[in-house]
Amino acid sequence: MKTRVLGFAGLAAVTAAAIYGLFVVPADLNQGDAQRIMYVHVASAWLAYASFGVTALAGIGYLWKRDLRFDAVALAGAEVGVMFTAFAIWGGMMWGRPVWGVYWQWEDPRLTTTALLLALYVGYLLLRRLTDDPARRASRAAVVGLIAAVDIPIVHFSVIWWRGLHQGPTIGDPGKILNPSAPLLFVAALMAMVAAFTLVWVYLMIRRYQLARVDWQIEEHGRLGRITAARRAGMAPAATTAGNEEPAS
Amino acid sequence: MRELRRAAAVALAIARKDATAELRGRQAAGSTLFFAALVLLLFGFALGPDSRRLTDAAPGLLWLAIVFGGLLTVSRLHQLEADDGALEQLALYPVDRRAVYAGKALAGAAAMLVLGGLLLPVVAILYAIPIGAAWLPLLAAVLLGAIGFAAVGTAYAGLTVRLRAREVMLPLLMLPIVAPLLLAAVKATGAALTGDPLGELGSWLQLLAAFDVIMLVVGAGTYGFLLEE
Repeated sequence: MKTRVLGFAGLAAVTAAAIYGLFVVPADLNQGDAQRIMYVHVASAWLAYASFGVTALAGIGYLWKRDLRFDAVALAGAEVGVMFTAFAIWGGMMWGRPVWGVYWQWEDPRLTTTALLLALYVGYLLLRRLTDDPARRASRAAVVGLIAAVDIPIVHFSVIWWRGLHQGPTIGDPGKILNPSAPLLFVAALMAMVAAFTLVWVYLMIRRYQLARVDWQIEEHGRLGRITAARRAGMAPAATTAGNEEPAS
Repeated sequence: MRELRRAAAVALAIARKDATAELRGRQAAGSTLFFAALVLLLFGFALGPDSRRLTDAAPGLLWLAIVFGGLLTVSRLHQLEADDGALEQLALYPVDRRAVYAGKALAGAAAMLVLGGLLLPVVAILYAIPIGAAWLPLLAAVLLGAIGFAAVGTAYAGLTVRLRAREVMLPLLMLPIVAPLLLAAVKATGAALTGDPLGELGSWLQLLAAFDVIMLVVGAGTYGFLLEE
């Protein structure tokens, strides 16, 4: 019940922030209305990073405590993070087309990094789908999530260098967004959207976590059911429990 | 100190075992090399016949061939054991898992080094690049790239070896991870071939070395969890 209230609050907050960003705050002089994409784009990019951080930490938690609830948190982080990453890339491309003239700008280290980020965690989610045993899935996923999280700063760093070693990061500087020279209204619109998106993010994380727990119970139920059925049919139960690595169909 | 020496002995023994298996296993290593050389030939079809374009793109093409060949190389690291049901024994050795990881990574890095070292002259001949003068930085880039690729590959090959669809999952998981390695190695190779006019060779080699160290530490730390299954 509380979660549902949170969901509605998130929805209301996003609507309010969108109205504020679209109609109250004036358009940027140089970029026009396209600049408004920045509010949702930056908010989703930040939350994507937060999600993957959660996935990495929950993975460490699982390897340490061997508690599958950590794995459910890790899954929630990865799935919600992939969604926000895809949204951030989509928003960036929509913004890039009118402002840069191209959808994809290889010069922008953030875009390149984010694309790799998406690939990393889509791989993470695919790996999860391919492992049936919950404990194995959890430890494999934890290792992949950890390696991916370690890789992200290296990717970002190397891509910034890649554009030219002697050029300081201009686009890649996070301070630029909160630049005091930016009109305060823009900052307010961005902050409002970040706050609203964060509410939605918390809601999605909780829901995905709950769903993962239910999924887990169903899996457990199905396994018990198969063992019982096999016992009744007079077969060795081992055949059903050990076959996890084989295709289920 | 004694434990460290013991761990080194374990790592060397495992690396030697893998190297022996690789050398006696007739086709695998040779076919991988042939495959990578074939990739280089096909890049020529894709970008040629303008030899200037090939020369310009040579560092990138070389490293793509190394990465493709490397994926096949690291996928073999656990394959023999998995096929023979010997992974369980490997997990049951009463030794430090990090030593097992180090041995596997050492074997992988050695195989990758041979692959990269043999592809260099192929690139030099096919794409008309003089590598003679720059052999030392080139070899350094190949060595550091080989170590980094093997560091990631050992962990991921151990992770995917028992997976269905491992043929697609290993590249799918590994390629985004090694993207910074590819980038740094290509840049270092390019700088070495052009005589390093911008003085950036050292920085890229340092980035490669940093990648190696970070991935070796993470790989060694997590490998035990993958063997445990």
